[in-house]
Amino acid sequence: MTVRSSGTQPIRIEQDVVLARQTARKLAQECGMRLIDLTKLVTAVSELARNTMVYGGGGDMDWQIVEDGLRVGLRLTFRDEGPGIPDLKLAMTDGWTSGGGLGLGLTGAKRLVDDFELDTSPGAGTRVTICKWT
Amino acid sequence: MAALQQITVDALKRSESQLAVQWHADLEASGATRNLKPEEIRQQVADFLRLLTSTLEKGGSANITTTEWDDVRHFLEKLSSQRALAGQDSQQTASFIFALKGPLFTQLQNAFADQPLLIAEQVLQMSELLDGLGLHTIRTYQKSREAVIKRQQEELLELSTPVVKLWDGVLALPMIGTLDSQRTQVVMESLLQRIVDTGAEIAIIDITGVPTVDTLVAQHLLKTVTAIRLMGADCIISGVRPQIAQTIVHLGLDLQGVVTKANLADALALALRRLGVTLTKAV
Repeated sequence: MTVRSSGTQPIRIEQDVVLARQTARKLAQECGMRLIDLTKLVTAVSELARNTMVYGGGGDMDWQIVEDGLRVGLRLTFRDEGPGIPDLKLAMTDGWTSGGGLGLGLTGAKRLVDDFELDTSPGAGTRVTICKWT
Repeated sequence: MAALQQITVDALKRSESQLAVQWHADLEASGATRNLKPEEIRQQVADFLRLLTSTLEKGGSANITTTEWDDVRHFLEKLSSQRALAGQDSQQTASFIFALKGPLFTQLQNAFADQPLLIAEQVLQMSELLDGLGLHTIRTYQKSREAVIKRQQEELLELSTPVVKLWDGVLALPMIGTLDSQRTQVVMESLLQRIVDTGAEIAIIDITGVPTVDTLVAQHLLKTVTAIRLMGADCIISGVRPQIAQTIVHLGLDLQGVVTKANLADALALALRRLGVTLTKAV
């Protein structure tokens, strides 16, 4: 698997979530993603970026356009130095939220993308890596 | 800290007109005067030099936050906010001050030609002073720009929430762009208010112009729908495109209690049916 291009952008305030979505949309278009996959990916980015901002207290989004044989994909990592997730199993339950949301963001994001990896421990921040292939 | 010598101030005063000419030329060369009127620049250059020398003569200290520097600071504040409005960037605005360094140092060189130690010290002093003034200009410029952006955001907030009457008893709200929480609040309020004002029975929220429907957007929509129902009206959400529909399914959102349609025309047709209105083509 080779990385064609990569970059990072900050997620600190609400407007950054909008910018993260726009970046993801632009990159997905570059990869030649179909509209339906693009919409799914952008929605997942919206959820995860908002989580980074609201629950992680701000962080960054790393993006990579990756190639694996014939297929091209967009891989995004959302990382923060926030409190982390104490109970991962609970957090990955539909409808459970520690805030005031619907409790579908994290699980929904997982269903919207092809690869989903979550690395967290209490006090050590959270890293979510997702990938969507064309 | 060593202060500015009287000789420096005198040299500055003596060569004021010369400085103004040189400074103006440097400004033109650096491109900092683009989109600005030449006579305006000349006036600003002369005014600033006059203010600077009079402040230094009065014994203004190196600290530009003191009251002696009030006039200079106000002058720069006015200048930078005017430039921010004129669309100049921060670099162009700041170079107004920084471009003075060259000509000024040349003058100092002439004044202290035989005192090399003193010249270094005086140049440093002058440089620090001008840096402080330059930074103050940038700070003010930034503030003015932020004010412009804030005003535009507020304007956008107003612009983006028109509630339109489609039929007697049918209101429509075409949503466009990002549904962030603050705007959705405004939208919700204006829609609920219009329902009260017009006594409408059916409200259609059209999300054709909303590129992403995530859980937060869905939550706002669900809350709005509930509020509309509590007021005794019905709500239809239109503009659910295929990709949005599939995304909503994958997210696991439950919109079962909400009436949705693919486009606004279908939603209006449904609304009219519910109101008992039948439309026939004139033959």
